[in-house]
Amino acid sequence: MTNMVPNLMPVMPEIILAVGAMLLLMVGVFRPTKAFSEVSTLSLLLLVITGGVLYFYVGGETQITFGGMFISDSFAVYTKVLILIGSFLSIVMAGPYLKDHMIDRFEFPVLIILATLGMFAMVSANSLMSLYVGLELQSLSLYVLAAFNRDRNRSTESGLKYFVLGALSSGMLLYGISLIYGFTGSVDFDVLALTLEKAGSGHLGLTLGLVFILAGLAFKVSAVPFHMWAPDVYEGAPTPVTSFFATAPKIAALALFVRVMMGPFADMIGEWQQVVIFLSVASMLVGAFVALMQTNIKRLMAYSSIGHVGYALMAIVIGTSAGVEALMVYLVFYLTMTIGTFGAILSMRHSDGMVEDINDLAGLSTNNLPLAISIAIFMFSLAGIPLLAGFFGKYYVFLAVVEAGFVPLAVIGVVTSVVGAFYYLRIIKIMFFDDAAVSFEKMESRSLNWVIGVTALINSPASVFLIAPVAAMAAWAALSFAG
Amino acid sequence: MDFIQSHLLTIMMLTPLIGVFFIMLVNHPDQALVNRNVRHVSLLVTMVTFILSLLLWAGFDGSTADFQFVEKYKWFGDGISYYVGVDGISVLFIVLSAFLMPICILASWETIQKRLKEYMIAFLVLETLMIGVFSSLDIFLFYLFFEGGLIPMFLIIGVWGGAERIYASYKFFLYTLLGSVLMLVAMLYMIGEAGTTDIPLLMEYQFDPGVQKLLWLAFFASFAVKMPMWPVHTWLPDAHVQAPTAGSVILAGVLLKMGGYGFLRFSLPMFPDATVEFTWLIFGLSVIAIIYTSLVALVQEDMKKLIAYSSVAHMGFVTIGIFVLNTNGIEGSIFQMLSHGVVSGALFLCVGVVYDRLHTREISRFGGLATNMKKYAILWMIFTMASVGLPGTSGFVGEVLVLFGAYQFSSWLAFGAAFGVILGAAYMLYLTRRLIFGDLTHEETREMKDLSLREYTILLPLAAVVFWMGIYPASFLDPIRVSVDNLIVTHLDPALERAENRDADAAEQIAAHQE
Repeated sequence: MTNMVPNLMPVMPEIILAVGAMLLLMVGVFRPTKAFSEVSTLSLLLLVITGGVLYFYVGGETQITFGGMFISDSFAVYTKVLILIGSFLSIVMAGPYLKDHMIDRFEFPVLIILATLGMFAMVSANSLMSLYVGLELQSLSLYVLAAFNRDRNRSTESGLKYFVLGALSSGMLLYGISLIYGFTGSVDFDVLALTLEKAGSGHLGLTLGLVFILAGLAFKVSAVPFHMWAPDVYEGAPTPVTSFFATAPKIAALALFVRVMMGPFADMIGEWQQVVIFLSVASMLVGAFVALMQTNIKRLMAYSSIGHVGYALMAIVIGTSAGVEALMVYLVFYLTMTIGTFGAILSMRHSDGMVEDINDLAGLSTNNLPLAISIAIFMFSLAGIPLLAGFFGKYYVFLAVVEAGFVPLAVIGVVTSVVGAFYYLRIIKIMFFDDAAVSFEKMESRSLNWVIGVTALINSPASVFLIAPVAAMAAWAALSFAG
Repeated sequence: MDFIQSHLLTIMMLTPLIGVFFIMLVNHPDQALVNRNVRHVSLLVTMVTFILSLLLWAGFDGSTADFQFVEKYKWFGDGISYYVGVDGISVLFIVLSAFLMPICILASWETIQKRLKEYMIAFLVLETLMIGVFSSLDIFLFYLFFEGGLIPMFLIIGVWGGAERIYASYKFFLYTLLGSVLMLVAMLYMIGEAGTTDIPLLMEYQFDPGVQKLLWLAFFASFAVKMPMWPVHTWLPDAHVQAPTAGSVILAGVLLKMGGYGFLRFSLPMFPDATVEFTWLIFGLSVIAIIYTSLVALVQEDMKKLIAYSSVAHMGFVTIGIFVLNTNGIEGSIFQMLSHGVVSGALFLCVGVVYDRLHTREISRFGGLATNMKKYAILWMIFTMASVGLPGTSGFVGEVLVLFGAYQFSSWLAFGAAFGVILGAAYMLYLTRRLIFGDLTHEETREMKDLSLREYTILLPLAAVVFWMGIYPASFLDPIRVSVDNLIVTHLDPALERAENRDADAAEQIAAHQE
């Protein structure tokens, strides 16, 4: 018989986050003055504590609790650490922008903490129910964040758009879950895996359910053809929110993708593989070609992230632990370069407001050389040019894909990466080769400069010293799927 | 000394980076002072690297085909390591790179005023990467250096180039990248198949002949663009014309050689069967390249463009030499690459000299320089003759060896290649006539001063090397020979034999079928 109280040890980080978020809400509400700075600082502290507990207390052993609904293993710990880093840096970078736009409300860090909690639950989901609960907690927080600048039409529009389309995708996901439940009689990943192994996967209803789940998940990672929301939401949402969207939730959703496809549905790989191949190829193509025509840097980053999701999905396609390892390496560098790029976007403004048009970057290299070099590093890294960190991620993904025998997929991948290189180069060209158009007012923020500096260093050729530990950790994370 | 000997390649790669570090530290409100310091630091580190490269050459043992000056440290993942070393094929390319660098720095001494600091950093980083390409013995490391070199060159063309620099830099970058990523996929396949990234081990691994063809084509895509071979050469004239003088020198002198080096290091030893199979393709493209680009060079109005097209023609010679698969041909092509590195570099510098005076490269604006720029005219003639392949100059040795090799293979091939010699003489002499001889018709040309001391010191060592290579080529051919023989004996001869057997079998089968 199971105990009345489940083993709480593996869920300690989640409990801390949940309780902490409530406390922070209290702090914010009952402070007579504006409490943004305090709550921000406290939320950063909360994230650090969570990280410490995660690393020292939970560790990487595989532990299952809550009657099999919740799993904690090396894969979960690894991705949770990445999510924590993404959330942490998003809060750090948000301060100056929010103050500048008079939206420095204490709800911002609290919502990010709640979204983080949702992502934790997603990553550790071991049943379709806990998956859904985590996903919704995350999504609802993100809808609100997108509309955070509620006095601005663009922001509310993006929030609404995200909400409507997100609700639709959640509905599809839920429908898929109900089909799966109907045909197998369980929502538990372990039970599902056993059932599918025994019964085989020939049933049409199962396939239908799987496709609906895939569609829901594809929406969350903004894979083509479920990507329509991303450019508008990225453009409309306040920039710190966009930078958050592009990092932590993406990582969580990709991890969830792995969790679902390689856990319960591992034996249905014949069914989902072709769908994921399509998602991957379509995302890479759209990400590369449509981005060519963008002039708004946030939209450009939206398409860039769609393309990167394509590469990440390529690692999932092969359905082996080698693929997971490649994905884990990829995500580390994707996280750092995306955060760095958004840090740079956040730190640039001219007399009319924030710099968002790509052409406004003209002559940045004469105005502010360190920033221009940092952006150049991020762009080359996003393009996956060797010597920069982005290449290591691409290398791992392509190696895993080629070793698994999907050579045509890899060829499509590298060719789209050349197309992608074109628009990343365009930004470098505008910064370095063109003459100055407008003068910049630099946002003086130590924390922002610090974030840009560190991420630029990680992505710079200094990454040759970093790849060995990252690769080792990724291999450790992938152990969860080695069995 | 022992330490230097055993870590020579690493030290050579680090020296320019140390220079970069010091250049970054230079900071002073007085821009002139900063620039002076930056120039001196750059010159110093490139000279040190050059001296180190001479040590490498002197310490190189030409009697063995094994890799020397080897260093190997584990890096990451399973088996990827920092693994460097040189053999006869690569050692002189490193010397060439290190030799051209100080010359490039001197060539930019006065012409570059804008963003000098970044300019020098780009060049020094490029030097590290070039040495890295020629000394990597790990395929991953090789790719890293090979592709990484695009970034500094892209910036050099894009920031310090001419009017159409943006188009040229994009074209250069995207062309090369597209070729290289296909090679990357092939490399990944090889790593998966052979389970190692070690180049010497990969050379021993026997890939399936059917797969070899695909791998060979993928590598060909990269190296053909880099060489460049017809019809993917179109980026080169643009890049050359727009790049600053020193950029053209490095591009023609070293970066083009990476393609030929790649064929010798990867395509020939790793895919010998496919190599034997595809020689017709290479020969066809090379002969077209030689004849077509020579004809194109004849009608050029822009000096740099003319020399750029002549580079494509010369590289056609090199590819023929490599793929005739005999000692003469391969030795000749390596020699031709070294010679072309020096000669075309020198020619670009000569163009730079007159460009600095008149700010045009249009040939018709010049004429009769022999009357007022005597020293210049003499040096120009020397390099022109070397480019044409006059006996006694470096160009002759390479051309003759390649033609010997081609003749051994097929007299028709030698016939096609020899066309290039004639056409080469035609366009170079035609250029010389228009540039150096004739009357001084233009007023502005009359006022041009002869070579300054700086220009003189840049060009003289190049002329000396041209004669040295032409009169006593043995000092360059000796280190090469054993490695080339080894390549032929261990990899190419067995493949040729297999191909013959296959043909014989096929003929037998047909015969049996007919009976």
